[in-house]
Amino acid sequence: MNFAVLQFPASNCDQDAVHAIRMLGHSARLVWHKDASLGEADCVIIPGGFSYGDYLRTGAIARFSPVMQAVKQFADNGGLVLGICNGFQVLTEAGLLPGALIRNRDLQFHCEFVHLKTVTTDSPFTNQIPADKILRVPIAHGEGCYFADEETLANLKANNQILWQYCDATGNLTDAANPNGALQNIAGICNETRNVAGLMPHPERACEPLLGSDDGQFIFESIFAALKDKAVAPAA
Amino acid sequence: MKAKIIITPKKAVLDPQGITVQTALEHMGYTGVTGVHIGKYIEIDLAPGTDKAAAEKALNDAAHKLLSNPVIEDYKLEME
Repeated sequence: MNFAVLQFPASNCDQDAVHAIRMLGHSARLVWHKDASLGEADCVIIPGGFSYGDYLRTGAIARFSPVMQAVKQFADNGGLVLGICNGFQVLTEAGLLPGALIRNRDLQFHCEFVHLKTVTTDSPFTNQIPADKILRVPIAHGEGCYFADEETLANLKANNQILWQYCDATGNLTDAANPNGALQNIAGICNETRNVAGLMPHPERACEPLLGSDDGQFIFESIFAALKDKAVAPAA
Repeated sequence: MKAKIIITPKKAVLDPQGITVQTALEHMGYTGVTGVHIGKYIEIDLAPGTDKAAAEKALNDAAHKLLSNPVIEDYKLEME
């Protein structure tokens, strides 16, 4: 499988994403934000960081990069796109995912491990996560508080678009386990057609036991499995 | 010509900065403050002779697409 990992000025998890994907046995390459084409890609990763210095709003400037036009087209054609942290912010700004990420409720930057409950395994990003498995993955953000208006939130729930929620070590969705004040402890969502997803935690930083957890592998393995299914499916 | 754009968080959006500043004002003894909302102020310089109506239309478009995020923010545009 070929992964295109976008690189904006001040992306800082791009190399981590490339490393994790290659370590898991697939090919990954960086695509510069000024490129108007993604080249050959089965999946696009929009990595974490502080694209364009987080000027104006997080992700606000990055969404107008030439490469984002290509990503939009790729997503419209059903391609898999995963935004991690700043990548999630870019996807909401670009309108590829609903809602917005705002300042953490305590105004602090949080850099710590969190626990995640996977709400549904019915997505290309969660299909290999065992039922009831609580993922332990790090976060590192100042603007990760997920917000959406009531109607959007109701739609997310009705369409089963909430993929991950912050929980405690035993899976309870408590307020104390919510690091940023996100509505309904939301850590990650997907779009209605389920091919675009974003999450604030960093699975690419949790793919090796040496890094404190390898739970992030479940998310990448889900993508690999989804792409494999797609590859063997008869052409529409 | 100048355009001034004031961006404020929507009322339904949690504004932790506003709440923190409001609490600080209360601690300082400023009474009667019932809300603080922290936003952004953007000033845009326009070339002399710019058509005001056309500029206003273009800036409303820009404010909607880039300068503010309509999901979480409201904006007010003033031309002078």
